[in-house]
Amino acid sequence: MLLTLSSEQEALRSTTARFLDDRVPVNVLRGLRDDPAGFDPQYWAKGAELGWLALLVSEANGGGSVSGRPISDLCLIAYEFGARAAPGPLAASNAIAIALDATNSDAHHAVLEQVVAGGVIAAWCYSEPPPNDRIGVIEFEIVADGNELVLNGTKRPVESASAAQQLLVTGRTGTGLTQVLVPADSPGITITPLESADLTRRFATVRFDNVRVSLDAAVGAVGEADAQVERQVLAAITIGNAEAVGAMQRAFDMTRSWVADRYSFGRPLESYQAIKHRFADLLSWLEGAHGIADAAALALDTDSPETAELVSAAKAFIGDRGGELMHECVHLHGGIGVTFEHDLHLYLRRVTVNRAMFGTPKQHQRRVGEIAAHRKDEEIRGGGPA
Amino acid sequence: MTDESVEAFRLRAREFIRANLKPLPRDESYSPLRNTRTTDEEELASVKRDREIQRMLFDAKLAGICFPTEYGGAGLTPAHQRAFNEEIAGYEYPSRFQAPTLSPCAGVLLDFGTEEQKQQHIPAILKGEELWMQFLSEPSGGSDVAGALTSAVREGDEWVLNGEKVWTTGAWFSDWGLCLARTNWDVPKHRGLTVFIFPIHQQGVTVSRIEMINGSQDFCQEFLDDLRVPDSDRIGEVDGGWTVGVRWMFHERMLMNSPLVTVPVGVGNRGALTSSIVDVAREVGRIDDPDAHDIIGEARTLELVKEKLQARIGEGMATGKMSDQAAAIGRLFGGTTGVRLYTLAFDLAGSTGVAWSDADGLARYCGEDFLMRQTGAIGGGTLEMARNVISERVLAMPREQALDRDVPFRDVPRGGAART
Repeated sequence: MLLTLSSEQEALRSTTARFLDDRVPVNVLRGLRDDPAGFDPQYWAKGAELGWLALLVSEANGGGSVSGRPISDLCLIAYEFGARAAPGPLAASNAIAIALDATNSDAHHAVLEQVVAGGVIAAWCYSEPPPNDRIGVIEFEIVADGNELVLNGTKRPVESASAAQQLLVTGRTGTGLTQVLVPADSPGITITPLESADLTRRFATVRFDNVRVSLDAAVGAVGEADAQVERQVLAAITIGNAEAVGAMQRAFDMTRSWVADRYSFGRPLESYQAIKHRFADLLSWLEGAHGIADAAALALDTDSPETAELVSAAKAFIGDRGGELMHECVHLHGGIGVTFEHDLHLYLRRVTVNRAMFGTPKQHQRRVGEIAAHRKDEEIRGGGPA
Repeated sequence: MTDESVEAFRLRAREFIRANLKPLPRDESYSPLRNTRTTDEEELASVKRDREIQRMLFDAKLAGICFPTEYGGAGLTPAHQRAFNEEIAGYEYPSRFQAPTLSPCAGVLLDFGTEEQKQQHIPAILKGEELWMQFLSEPSGGSDVAGALTSAVREGDEWVLNGEKVWTTGAWFSDWGLCLARTNWDVPKHRGLTVFIFPIHQQGVTVSRIEMINGSQDFCQEFLDDLRVPDSDRIGEVDGGWTVGVRWMFHERMLMNSPLVTVPVGVGNRGALTSSIVDVAREVGRIDDPDAHDIIGEARTLELVKEKLQARIGEGMATGKMSDQAAAIGRLFGGTTGVRLYTLAFDLAGSTGVAWSDADGLARYCGEDFLMRQTGAIGGGTLEMARNVISERVLAMPREQALDRDVPFRDVPRGGAART
């Protein structure tokens, strides 16, 4: 999380933090373990009033940021989500809001208004089953047929699909990408819930069998949505990263308290140099995760040419070191750390799920390598003789 | 001069640099400890050139940009120095005058020197006439700087110094030393130290070269045998050496961000090593190899995180949200990252790193760099020291038991050869 917040940003952050403390404390999260949606619709609608879904939306469509840096603002909320393992499809919903906001369609803007208000849940049918779960791979077919588009194929995992009234589907039309908005109860759509590693986030497989929609359903131009989809993916990754950093910070703080409180052989765990040195390493990863996550958010907000590189670097680092940090925290807790009774796993789950969504750490690391390998040397060095 | 705007200064610096300094060949990029296989004659020629450039900068009022004008500096601001760092990138610059001459040594002189000491040495340094070395570390202990065993005994208006110092880069061609010595053995270790300065090439100082794993001979060790130093060359109070030492360490920690030194953009920081790794990939024909992209991606990711982490810590310290001790977090991450990056570069170079010819470009260095890999995790205080600082000073965990605390230094247990 940013070190320095404006008073408006601090208000945005603290309002959500207080709301989450009040509405979804850990006993409530545990109670939602078997809830089909993973959250109460009232909770989502109330959260929407706090700006959870409006920050990336233009003012013309009822949105607006508080600092002029909408992704950075939203990351403050995502961070507090992660620090509390809060329920709700924050990243996917905001990615959908970006897509609907960018169109000229009144019908889409009407849906957007409901999404922003939290009254309608929209699910993003983006990810595809292996082996098509690599970043940037979309094989799902959307075929133009006269005045209609025909959707065929399978999307998974799709977050909150079972609770959704609307689906944004990202697919391929020839060489380019197409996005369409379809009601979730349209004929030919089958939604099958999946088990989830997160306590409150729900995923499903969504199957499309000859689902026909009118051309008006296209969000943006048919076969020309590549850049728009990239923006959505980068935003979703960045929101997920902020959430993971919040979860990492919470786990780190819990573990720091634990080693002060816990005694072995007549002295606190925190007095052993073996433990102290591990904490030093963890703190360096944690602060690095804060730094790279915020830098990637700022790059998106300022349309920096380094955006794709920074977002992938953040995803790679936070996925990799975040996983290690969480398991170090589990380890430092000892046996209690691997029990369901202890709260640590709530945050471990959140980091774990985000690590696997929108590309693995290794895939993003390779992407950073591809970008660096094909860039001119002078650009990397940022200087040198003209 | 001191009201010169940054932009006017930048243009003046640019004009001077392009008219007078040579563009650097690409090879001379990042690894200060690399064995460049230059002869002593070549090294001395480079030292001479550094002195010339430093003098040219002084005459152009581009030396000592943030040093006070009364000591020959330009009296400008850190923003001017940053502009200079950007303009000089890619050109030759007097690298041997930066660390440790301009900082920590000149920085310590500015902080604690008498008016006479400052007048004698600061202008001479800025004119390229005096190269300085820090006589700080000793063979008996690296990270435990305050445990210095070099002794200084007063005889009238003089001090007599005896002991050994080590890890002085290029002492064999340098002029003056800044030295931490023990003047009182009957008080706890931090309270019995005093700082002195002296010319290196004189009776009582023997300089020997140390050959490193990779064959480089930049580092030196010095033997002080009844070296006589006038009391007028003492820096700070008698037994007040640790007060000086704390600032000394501060200057050393700040080095890459210090307004006292020139750090061309791209040296030691932003993406320099990844850039070299990309060059290695190109040289060995792996620029389109997905395995190479994995390696480059890991290197670039770590360098980006390091850069953003340093910026975060800098902001945290500047705004008071983090203590100055948080600098150790950057030290730790930088140290572990450096170790990893040399390993990645070596893996990319493959067999060329271990069997090479002069025609092999940067790849020919990667094996020896790997042999020297731990250097960055040791020098300037080991990573374990950083981990102690982070856990104890940042995270407020209990301090390690210190057997040398509140004990007269002569009673502190010592190991090895120092006992004899």
